[in-house]
Amino acid sequence: MTSVTGVSAPDPSPTSSVASRSTGRLGDRVFSGLSIGAGTLVVVLVLLIGLFLVTQAVPALQRNEVNFLTSSEWTVSGEHPRFGVAGLLWVTVVSSIIAMLLAVPVGVAVALFLTQYAPTWLARPAAGTIDLLAAVPSIVYGLWGLRQFGPVLVPVQQFFAQYFGWIPIFAPNNGLSGNVSTIFVVGVVLAIMILPIVTALSREVFAQTPRAHIEGAMALGATKWETIRTAVLPFGKPGVISAAMLGLGRALGETLAVTIILATLAPGTPWVASLFNGGETFASKIANNAGEFDTPQKTGAFLAAGLVLFLLTFVVNAIARIVIERRKAFSE
Amino acid sequence: MAKRIDVQDLDIYYGKFKAVEGVSMRIEPRSVTAFIGPSGCGKSTVLRTLNRMHEVIPGASVDGQVLLDDKDLYAKDMDPVAVRRTIGMVFQRPNPFPTMSIFDNVAAGLRLNGVKNRKVLSETVERSLKGANLWNEVKDRLDKPGAGLSGGQQQRLCIARAIAVSPEVLLMDEPCSALDPISTLAIEDLIHEIKEKYTIVIVTHNMQQAARVSDRTAFFNLAATGKPGKLIEIDDTQKMFNRPSEKATEDYISGRFG
Amino acid sequence: MSASTPKQGRPDAAAEDVRTLEATPSCSATRVVERDAEPAGPAGNPRNEGASGHKSGGRAAADVAARIIMWGAFVLAVIPLVWILWSVVSNGLELVGSPRWWSDDAAGTSARRPGGGALHAIVGTLEMAAVTALIAVPIGVLTAVYLVEYGRGRLARLVSFMVDILTGVPSIVAGLFIYAFWVTTLGGQRIPFAATLSLVLLMIPVVVRSTEEMLKLVPNELREASFALGVPKWKTIVQVVLPTAFSGIVTGILLGLARVMGETAPLIILAPYTKYLQGDLFANLMATLPTMINDNRTEVTQAAIDRAWAASLTLILIILAFNLVGRLIARTSKVKA
Repeated sequence: MTSVTGVSAPDPSPTSSVASRSTGRLGDRVFSGLSIGAGTLVVVLVLLIGLFLVTQAVPALQRNEVNFLTSSEWTVSGEHPRFGVAGLLWVTVVSSIIAMLLAVPVGVAVALFLTQYAPTWLARPAAGTIDLLAAVPSIVYGLWGLRQFGPVLVPVQQFFAQYFGWIPIFAPNNGLSGNVSTIFVVGVVLAIMILPIVTALSREVFAQTPRAHIEGAMALGATKWETIRTAVLPFGKPGVISAAMLGLGRALGETLAVTIILATLAPGTPWVASLFNGGETFASKIANNAGEFDTPQKTGAFLAAGLVLFLLTFVVNAIARIVIERRKAFSE
Repeated sequence: MAKRIDVQDLDIYYGKFKAVEGVSMRIEPRSVTAFIGPSGCGKSTVLRTLNRMHEVIPGASVDGQVLLDDKDLYAKDMDPVAVRRTIGMVFQRPNPFPTMSIFDNVAAGLRLNGVKNRKVLSETVERSLKGANLWNEVKDRLDKPGAGLSGGQQQRLCIARAIAVSPEVLLMDEPCSALDPISTLAIEDLIHEIKEKYTIVIVTHNMQQAARVSDRTAFFNLAATGKPGKLIEIDDTQKMFNRPSEKATEDYISGRFG
Repeated sequence: MSASTPKQGRPDAAAEDVRTLEATPSCSATRVVERDAEPAGPAGNPRNEGASGHKSGGRAAADVAARIIMWGAFVLAVIPLVWILWSVVSNGLELVGSPRWWSDDAAGTSARRPGGGALHAIVGTLEMAAVTALIAVPIGVLTAVYLVEYGRGRLARLVSFMVDILTGVPSIVAGLFIYAFWVTTLGGQRIPFAATLSLVLLMIPVVVRSTEEMLKLVPNELREASFALGVPKWKTIVQVVLPTAFSGIVTGILLGLARVMGETAPLIILAPYTKYLQGDLFANLMATLPTMINDNRTEVTQAAIDRAWAASLTLILIILAFNLVGRLIARTSKVKA
């Protein structure tokens, strides 16, 4: 930090009583060492998660007799293990996309309501109320989704199956559209679960819209909605994208709500495009079989599925992070 | 107490940017030296190098010498923490510690440096608060939060806090710029009183203030935006305000600057 | 510090500004008058006043529609919350209201035998939460201290990135990782402590982020004041910065705990449920409220379902209590967001 040209450096023995006390160089070294250590530990932990999952999944994958990525079979014990994640991937991604399609528009609208429309006396309690949605444990969402909310959605499913059944994703699927335990219901419940995440982050960016942008638009005679469209939404767009990504990440990895609501399918059931169908996500597959981790081979297969889920959420979260970083670079 | 400061060929950098160039000056003990000049000329930067607060900012560095009674503050074996104990500082905005009472604020410097003796602490607190002309106003509420005082009282509290560790030198970075005229007057009176004991350097934007409180005045200026700031001249305040040697100083002081 | 504008110049410029400002209203007023005097525009509504004279019916309708949609979205978002709370309360209140619920474990109950207590699960949840906090808080706070007070350059960016990634790690993956580490690698048993470790993984990023926010709010002037007194950096952090941010940090910890207490997935993998009160984190079985819900929801009898709802209500009550206390502490905070 400092360059020194001086030669006259006599004994720096200080004179006053305070100055003669320890200047804490040792303490500084210990404390900064501890904090760097903690930071490094976090990095190491994330790397270890990847490393452990990879090293223990690889032996099982090597013995796998079908393509791990394209097969939907799941036989993990015995001499000839055959397992693949195609089916899990489909259910995981489709249910999460349903959740995003529903939660992002509603979440953005709620965030706009909280930042632009709500009267001041309402804005804070209203925001607190939405945040409470995040405090409900996912297992309670599962219980509620299966027993209370799902039955209400069944008529909706039947309506879609009856009038839009010609679209493959809305196909009645042998009457499963009358069942609660479908991908569709899971998607809607996931949407409610990620709504507070999408809302909270969108609210944060909308609230940061520079006053000058808003006043600029209003001074042109824009209505409130036009002001939002010209000033607030463009400013908040990267924030909304990364909010959507974070919500997606949460939906992809959600376990208990999915496990409780979704019906598992009998092995060998052929794949259909319909949303009115059972199935398993990565997370629910692992949770459903958690009691059966006994041989390394079996466990390895589930760890492999967990690894794919980890990578999936890693990518989605990294995108969210990069988008928001870009925005920071812009606004600073 | 009270030591002389010699600055020799000081260059100050923020990263690669040279903020101040070639400053050499002598600051006399038991006197008040004022730094004046337009904003951005580096006078606060120079002030902060005198107790090595400058290097708290990432990427900042200096080249040259700052001698405190012939001891180089930037010598390799000189600990910046020790330097700051010897040279105290008062900031532009009063910044008492919000979690601490008035007593604890003044005692903070001693306590954080390991003094535990209750008697020593309370004696020092009383002496410092008296020294800062604040004792009579706060002696009945020493256990109340320091943040509850008025702005001027807070600034005097900060001065008390700074002198509690018995520094040799007291640096003041625009100590009155956030205060009302009456509080400013109180601080200026205080400066007059404590210059008997300390070497005081004060940065100020207010030329009347420089004229009122200082014995010597240093004028800093920069040639153009993006160029490093320079010390134009330093002299007795009387002379600087009446017949400065440099044209630039005269222009600035008479308001014909720029 | 930016380069100065010439001192002399300022007053003049300001004066000019004032003149322009004075001039403006009269100008625009005349313009408005002229505009109103013109024959009716496309809106054709002579009562439209002033600058909004050109606001067409379509634009106004869009504005009203948007307003209705925003309010609607909020109401839509509140419905599930109210509904969930109502379901949990109406189905669980009876059991939760009985004194036995809070004083007894579930020994002697079965799918067909109603009643029983939740003390074992409450104790387990709180105990796990406490141990989780004990491990996660020092790591999280120190990491935040690193990021705010020390971190520069590539390592700091990497740490910050990894904290974000850790935030996004699904709880089931955290559970799997600890399983792979604790059971298959170290050869340990599935014990509550292992489940606690996975909760630690989930809690660390919450603590880091909330503490980081709070430390950033501590004004730099306080650090400088402390440095200028010759206080070493570490003491400045421990005795000035952290106390100033203290209540905010506590709030973050409580909110983090509230999140972690509701996690179920890692517990299903690592901490099998028991009906009996058992407080040893290193013994094989230990009940928690989430695993109690999970155990009972798989039964089809009303007795078990009632217990699942009651346990849900209990869990939500505890989480809300943590949330509430956290928010109350945040209000007393020395540094305001």
